[in-house]
Amino acid sequence: MNDPIITINGLNKTYEGGFQALSRVDLTIQRGEIFALLGPNGAGKTTLISVVCGLATPTDGHVTVDGFDSVTHYRQARERIGLVPQELTNEAFETVWNTVSFSRGLFGKPPNPGHIEKVLKSLALWDKRNNRLMTLSGGMKRRVLIAKALSHEPRILFLDEPTAGVDVELRRDMWEVVRGLRDNGVTIILTTHYIEEAEEMADRIGVINRGEIVLVEGKAALMKKLGSKQLTLQLHEPLTELPPALALDTLGLTADGYELVYTYDGHQEEEGHGISALLALLEQEGISFKDLHTRQSSLEDIFVDLVKERS
Amino acid sequence: MNLYPIRAIYMAEMARTRRTLLQSIVSPVISTSLYFVVFGAAIGSRISEIEGVSYGAFIVPGLIMLMLLTQSVSNASFGIFFPKFSGSIYEILSAPISYLEIVVGYVGAAASKSIILGLIILATSGFFVPLEIAHPVWMLTFLVLTAITFSLLGFIIGIWADGFDKLQLVPLLVITPLTFLGGSFYSIDMLPPFWQTVTLANPVVYLVSGFRWSFYGISDVSLGASVAMILLFLVGCLATIGWIFRTGYRLKP
Repeated sequence: MNDPIITINGLNKTYEGGFQALSRVDLTIQRGEIFALLGPNGAGKTTLISVVCGLATPTDGHVTVDGFDSVTHYRQARERIGLVPQELTNEAFETVWNTVSFSRGLFGKPPNPGHIEKVLKSLALWDKRNNRLMTLSGGMKRRVLIAKALSHEPRILFLDEPTAGVDVELRRDMWEVVRGLRDNGVTIILTTHYIEEAEEMADRIGVINRGEIVLVEGKAALMKKLGSKQLTLQLHEPLTELPPALALDTLGLTADGYELVYTYDGHQEEEGHGISALLALLEQEGISFKDLHTRQSSLEDIFVDLVKERS
Repeated sequence: MNLYPIRAIYMAEMARTRRTLLQSIVSPVISTSLYFVVFGAAIGSRISEIEGVSYGAFIVPGLIMLMLLTQSVSNASFGIFFPKFSGSIYEILSAPISYLEIVVGYVGAAASKSIILGLIILATSGFFVPLEIAHPVWMLTFLVLTAITFSLLGFIIGIWADGFDKLQLVPLLVITPLTFLGGSFYSIDMLPPFWQTVTLANPVVYLVSGFRWSFYGISDVSLGASVAMILLFLVGCLATIGWIFRTGYRLKP
């Protein structure tokens, strides 16, 4: 797949006080994908989104949206983008219907009650269409923000921490909505603190730290490349120490001597030092086990390792 | 120019006025009526005619101008300040609209409200004094130009203000005193010569004078000076707004 919809080249952003929020960011978002941008607080996620959407002025660098420069052809670039901000920013006294219709007009589209109805129904907001925003719950207000962002039929949707402060059930509902949008051809870029969210939803993952893109990788490839696995063997008889033949860096013995913990990745198996070799060694040493289980490191483990490594 | 975004902003701002009808329309009308009662009836009965116009009728253009200036500034400043305060300004700034379209939407709505209010006050004054408008076209021209110019000023204030206190600062500490001292309730000919000269430095004098001329054909300064002053103000405000959008002052980091 090589059909970029957003191309970011050499983007720098230094705020007035001298703080450099983005440093030489190069990034390409492919059409139709769900791209998750991960990073700790203050890493530059929101600044990056703000620059692409026209909310902040880049110090230098270029952003192209569907072939249009975000500064010189800002109309064409911005009409393709919908933005759901992190904060619940709403006009408290407006009704759901009015505020969503306002957004459509603001983005230069003629009124289309049919489309607004479709968006509100897809987000389970139809029954609330005549309610004032101040009367809605936090989760509903976030849905309204999504409805506003979708009101002008964007091809790209930025979701800045879309499920922050949202309960588990609603979070799952929102994931369904986002998947539905992707199925309809909308490209989704989401920033999130919830690694679980990126793991669940994203096709590709970018990690940003201190204003720099640390890596961009397909989710599956990332898990395979940087993820590790652990094999835990529960022994019949405890060991006081590991026999010399089993003195490997990747093998550990728990304090009670009942468990052997073996950490490995795909490479070791390919090089012939994997699980089969370990099991052969155990048999050779006369060590038997009654049970075993494996655990794969999560995206969260990978993310924490990456960020720690770069700090 | 895309008309849909302008329409969206304009209609949303006018809807806000409808929601706050008491504050937007009724309150200024009551205030103006009180001015008529106090200045027109109580004090005015002790003041003889000014250049052949009864005192009650003389203060009508000044009162309309007072309301027009304060309401234009306050409507426009609140209109753009509120999205900044609530955070919903992100939507305006990320929309595919030009700065001109944003200004036309917000300032157009603020000016419309002020013009409607000015006309309501004009009609209200008809209950207190006999109305006479010598140059109706000029009257409307002054009304519209002043409303637009001071709505632009209000828009600038709304962007500059970073709190509700600053929002009130200019209308209360600058606009109202300048209007009171700008000949709204008196002719500057009634002042000692020194203060007459000082008063000419007050730009509101030119607005009130020109507006009063459109009613009664009498003025403190020439019509040309009044028109020039308002156009100068208009150009100054437009230039400032152009600079704000070019630099992103208080809008974009």
